[in-house]
Amino acid sequence: MAFNSWQEIIWMDGYGFYVWLSFGVSILAVGLLVVHGLLTRKTLARMAVQEQQRQQRLARRKQQERSRSKSTNDSTS
Amino acid sequence: MWKWLHPYAKGEATFRLLGAWLPWLSGLALILVSVGLVWGLFYAPPDYQQGDSYRIIFIHVPAAMFSMGAYTGMAIAALIALVWQIRTAEWAIAAIAPVGAVLTFVALFTGAVWGKPMWGTWWEWDARLTSELILLFLYIGVLALYYAFNDARTGAKAAAILSLVGVVNVPIIHFSVYWWNSLHQGATITKFSKPSMPPEMLIPLLISIAGFLFLTAALITQRLRNEILKQELHRPWAMQQLGVEANNGVQ
Amino acid sequence: MNNASTWRILKTLMRRDLAVALRRRSDVINPLLFVLIVVTLFPLAVGPGPDILGRIATGVIWVAALLSALLGSERLFRDDFLDGSLEQMVLLPAPLPALALGKIVVHWLLSGLPLVILAPLCALLLKLPFEAWGTLMLTLLVGTPMLSAMTAVGAALTVSLGRGGALLSLLLLPLFIPLLIFAAAAVESTLVGTSAYGQVVLLAGLMLLTLTLAPLAVAAAIRVSVN
Repeated sequence: MAFNSWQEIIWMDGYGFYVWLSFGVSILAVGLLVVHGLLTRKTLARMAVQEQQRQQRLARRKQQERSRSKSTNDSTS
Repeated sequence: MWKWLHPYAKGEATFRLLGAWLPWLSGLALILVSVGLVWGLFYAPPDYQQGDSYRIIFIHVPAAMFSMGAYTGMAIAALIALVWQIRTAEWAIAAIAPVGAVLTFVALFTGAVWGKPMWGTWWEWDARLTSELILLFLYIGVLALYYAFNDARTGAKAAAILSLVGVVNVPIIHFSVYWWNSLHQGATITKFSKPSMPPEMLIPLLISIAGFLFLTAALITQRLRNEILKQELHRPWAMQQLGVEANNGVQ
Repeated sequence: MNNASTWRILKTLMRRDLAVALRRRSDVINPLLFVLIVVTLFPLAVGPGPDILGRIATGVIWVAALLSALLGSERLFRDDFLDGSLEQMVLLPAPLPALALGKIVVHWLLSGLPLVILAPLCALLLKLPFEAWGTLMLTLLVGTPMLSAMTAVGAALTVSLGRGGALLSLLLLPLFIPLLIFAAAAVESTLVGTSAYGQVVLLAGLMLLTLTLAPLAVAAAIRVSVN
């Protein structure tokens, strides 16, 4: 340990402000990048739900059309 | 049959492979970076010239190293994307560029803050800082071009060409900036570089460098996984990954 | 395809480009006027004393040249892209990089060369000492082909965007930095009385490298843009 007390660690021989500022901002920047990645993942999950609903809508419509065409076929025959 | 199946399987396989790596990469990154930084901050002895201000080196040097390393990686991905038309390599450009840009910002910021006690000014036109600043502009350019197009594929290819043009230029820019700096130089050039470092400082620095390597890899992996999911969102496997049961209209 | 026909296609294309550009003279003249106006603004901003002006003259002229290169870059591929002749160019039975080089040469003839001729006037306005005029013109002569080539890469990448202006400067200006450094240093070393030979030769080397590689990048970028 290069320091004897907490005060010394924070003070850092007069350079504490610079050292802690650069460590803090660096950790913050990388942290924001990680958080942004996680948020993107969440957004993607939301988009997946929309995509699922869209596919279900499509499937339902296709089914309706199929049944309608079947019923018209039935009535004509 | 295989020709048809191959490109569909590729995104998913890569996604799973990256998923298997991610915990190891982030775990190693967390451990090594913490050890390196805590050691450097609290246990390494103060420098005889710069006192405790030199402790910024434990972030500055690894970030600077991998800001340039990431650019090289991005250019390699760009080459693969252009020559073999592999889409995962195109997405890798979008995954690497933000990570590289943040590492460049970190190197730039720590360099500037370190410069304040050493040079007495927040910004000095030092060769290393200047070329990091230009590198940041190059990263922003690649990102801006990637997202400028409506068609994602065109954007990715344009960004790939730009990163290759950039990687040819980076050594020239680097050399010219160092040469320019030696022309207009005061007496500050040797402040950062030291002829030799005692092992009590060198070991935590090396640990921190190794930690940043894994950190960079983990960050890129995370973003690449997101990018693959984003591009393959309409496929059932991607929707399952995102916790949604796919209903592909199959009855 | 044999070389003779490639050469013929290239000549036709260059003659056509020249004719089109000469019919729209304002596109050629406006970037030059831009340089002249920027050069005029500086004495008004920093004061007309020769000690300041002479020191910053090279930098001002070169930065103005870089910016005017961006200004005139739309002309390179824009119209060809909009009327479809760029697609025709891709389909021509001649290597696309060669055609790209032809475009770069024509662009240089109409933007770089006039700038070299304009340089003495700018130097006069900015009170650059007379002994450095020759070096300034030499650096422009060697540097502007590079400028045209790099601009062509950027223009080809952004041609399908339509609103490429600010993006283009973001892409290109960082890549111009070595050019700026060596050109300014060449003039500087003439001003302090040493030979500028080394810097000019370095610039010439960079120019040859750029003119070799840039057409390949332009060709790749055109293929991406038209598809």
